[in-house]
Amino acid sequence: MRHEHIISAKQLSRSDIEEVLDRAAEMAEDPQAVADRHAGTLLGMLFFEPSTRTKMSFTAAMKRLGGDVVDMGSVESSSVKKGESLADTVRVVEGYADALVMRHPSEGSAKMATEFVDVPLINAGDGAGQHPTQTLLDLYTIRENAGFDDLTVGIMGDLKYGRTVHSLAHALTEFDANQHFVSPESLKLPRSVRYDLHEAGATIKEHTELDVVLPELDVLYVTRIQRERFPDESEYREVAGEYQIDAETMDGAKDDLTVMHPLPRVDEIAYDLDDTTHAKYFQQAHNGVPVRMALLDLMLGGDQ
Amino acid sequence: MSDDDRELRVSKIRNGTVIDHITGGQALNVLAILGINGSSGEEVSVGMNVPSDRMKRKDIVKVEGRELSQNEVDVLSLIAPAATINIVRDYEVVEKHRVETPSEVVGVLSCPNHNCITTAQEPVESRFEVLDEGVRCVYCDTIIRQNIAEHIEVE
Repeated sequence: MRHEHIISAKQLSRSDIEEVLDRAAEMAEDPQAVADRHAGTLLGMLFFEPSTRTKMSFTAAMKRLGGDVVDMGSVESSSVKKGESLADTVRVVEGYADALVMRHPSEGSAKMATEFVDVPLINAGDGAGQHPTQTLLDLYTIRENAGFDDLTVGIMGDLKYGRTVHSLAHALTEFDANQHFVSPESLKLPRSVRYDLHEAGATIKEHTELDVVLPELDVLYVTRIQRERFPDESEYREVAGEYQIDAETMDGAKDDLTVMHPLPRVDEIAYDLDDTTHAKYFQQAHNGVPVRMALLDLMLGGDQ
Repeated sequence: MSDDDRELRVSKIRNGTVIDHITGGQALNVLAILGINGSSGEEVSVGMNVPSDRMKRKDIVKVEGRELSQNEVDVLSLIAPAATINIVRDYEVVEKHRVETPSEVVGVLSCPNHNCITTAQEPVESRFEVLDEGVRCVYCDTIIRQNIAEHIEVE
């Protein structure tokens, strides 16, 4: 893989993705073998928005490669609070680290940041834009459980604002997966994502109900419908309620359906589903570490 | 009656630019691209929906003492792809060329996505990739299909 920065899933070819997943599998198998590979390397953490999984798994990944992290901390306690521009912040912080991981609430922020830095930068989420490293761990989880051959994936929930959805849908076109999109009318895929999927030769099959497509699916990827997307509480409850699943929902699914979720969940997946063989969302979250180790290793020249 | 006869309806200019063969009805948007709203005193003549052999109806804009930047021409090409630009010096047309649609337009349009980083207080210019139909923000991917002129940045 020869990418200086990782900004969008759109830049990743199938061979790029497989290279990361293969290396992640090796690292998961024998983490001791790479425990000192990046000793002395510092990863700069710039999280302008809250994060638990992404931030902790990047931290764990860098430390398991022998390196360490320097963290900007919360926006409240940083110079951003004083009105510093993002362009200035990244130019300063690149002097403290060998690579940067950034999450920011504005779409396009990661791309802009790359224009101001010379060290590798990884987009850990830019507003409703992209979240390419989540996609890599999603694909790792799909490969572990369902494989990529003749794959049918259903993506359900907030498809309009869900950055994990935008990244994953595009990456799945590299594997010729059949994709079904299940959402309320108001949260369908945005025009820009449709355009890209169309350009990539994918057929967009959209549904407002899960039932019609559930029996065909190998993977069901559920995302959270956020309260703030609706004008009032009652409308939110009415709509969100239709996109909740539980153990009983699985009666209409294949026995080996893999259920995934980028987490955090609120109530879109009932706890009773956790104990079924379908539930893979915690495994998915754990996969964040080896996948991010592999990505960091490749970007930091671990193959040289 | 030929195009030339029709052009006599508005006065000739001495030094400046004549933008001809503008898609009918787009003249005011062309002025917006040039940042001309009348308040800064430029001498401007506008013909709207003038009969034309080639286009049936066209608009024409003549601006005294002003030549166009490449960025302005690039955006112009999006709303008036058939436009011709005539540079006039001492009443003579010294240069005449058609607009060409570029692969990117930089600066002139503003992204309609209020959450795009280019709309924040950052040292970055807007940049749009030109698609077969419309344009696309290279930062946030937002696509503009219709009414591109509405997104011209007003200084």
